[in-house]
Amino acid sequence: MQPDRQPISSRRKILRDAIGIGLGTATYGLSFGALGIATGLTLIETQLLSLIMFTGASQFALVGTLAAGGGALSAVSAASLLGVRNLAYAVRNNTLLKPHGIQRLLGAQLTIDESTAMGLGHEKGIDGQAGGRYAFWATGISVFIFWNIATFLGAVAISQVGDPKSLGLDAAIAAGFIALLWPQITNKFTMLVAVTSAAVAIIAISIVQPGLPILLAGFVAAVMAWIKAMKNHE
Amino acid sequence: MSEFFWPVIIGSFIAFALKFAGFLVPKSILEHDLFKKIIPILPIGMLSGLIAVQVLADKQNIVFDGRIIGVAVGIVALLFRAPFIVVVILAAAVTAIGRANGLWI
Repeated sequence: MQPDRQPISSRRKILRDAIGIGLGTATYGLSFGALGIATGLTLIETQLLSLIMFTGASQFALVGTLAAGGGALSAVSAASLLGVRNLAYAVRNNTLLKPHGIQRLLGAQLTIDESTAMGLGHEKGIDGQAGGRYAFWATGISVFIFWNIATFLGAVAISQVGDPKSLGLDAAIAAGFIALLWPQITNKFTMLVAVTSAAVAIIAISIVQPGLPILLAGFVAAVMAWIKAMKNHE
Repeated sequence: MSEFFWPVIIGSFIAFALKFAGFLVPKSILEHDLFKKIIPILPIGMLSGLIAVQVLADKQNIVFDGRIIGVAVGIVALLFRAPFIVVVILAAAVTAIGRANGLWI
């Protein structure tokens, strides 16, 4: 165990970073709040997603799919699949936090990209695991607060506007998803998956029920990943 | 309560359950090879499908309208490494201005 050499200055820096990250997510939060209302969710439903679901990409996927007329099944599947990475994060955070009782529930709820990255990033710092735990909690709480305030403000602001299409919100949502997908396209294979899945969805639009094109696209991606895994085994 | 109440509640419950499961499940199960290879690729497929539907679909019809222009501008912004908020605002602004001036629907 390393002694806490400069715990105060180090923690002040962690806290500053945590607040910065929270403010950064607030910009997404504003657009999420606006999107929720524009889609036809009530203010309470929009806010519940930020309070309980509390994982940005899943929230956008749920509401975005509902907005595209995708239906409940596609919306929940898309959101849940995007939430699966939190499961892997949670496994990692469990070993960092070693939580008991209610801490376990809170730790689970605050497990997101940002808090996990900060916790792991500071685990190796001068504070050791204690620093990592502090970074996790500080970031999780900061993002939770700013994300929810921003959701509320975005939702209230958009309620004052008439037709969301006149603001180009439909294009903004699609562009936002491309921005979310962008960093995941890291090589030829992921590019091939994206293009193939999109093509399948486009072909399916006029053939099958709304919502199914998105599920079909996911299915195609899974098959491609499975084939690739099998090939690598040989 | 809107027609979307149940997807909101069920989706939220699953999202939390996934997080909480990570605090309960032994690590070895999640490190199964197939699980690790397929799970990261699935969202890429669903997001790509979702984007295609968002840009082109109007119910069960394929429509080419102002969304394509806005999204194209958003992609150019991404190529220039613009931050998320800039990409979204540019896409909205271009689509909205064109609609206001009758350039596209």
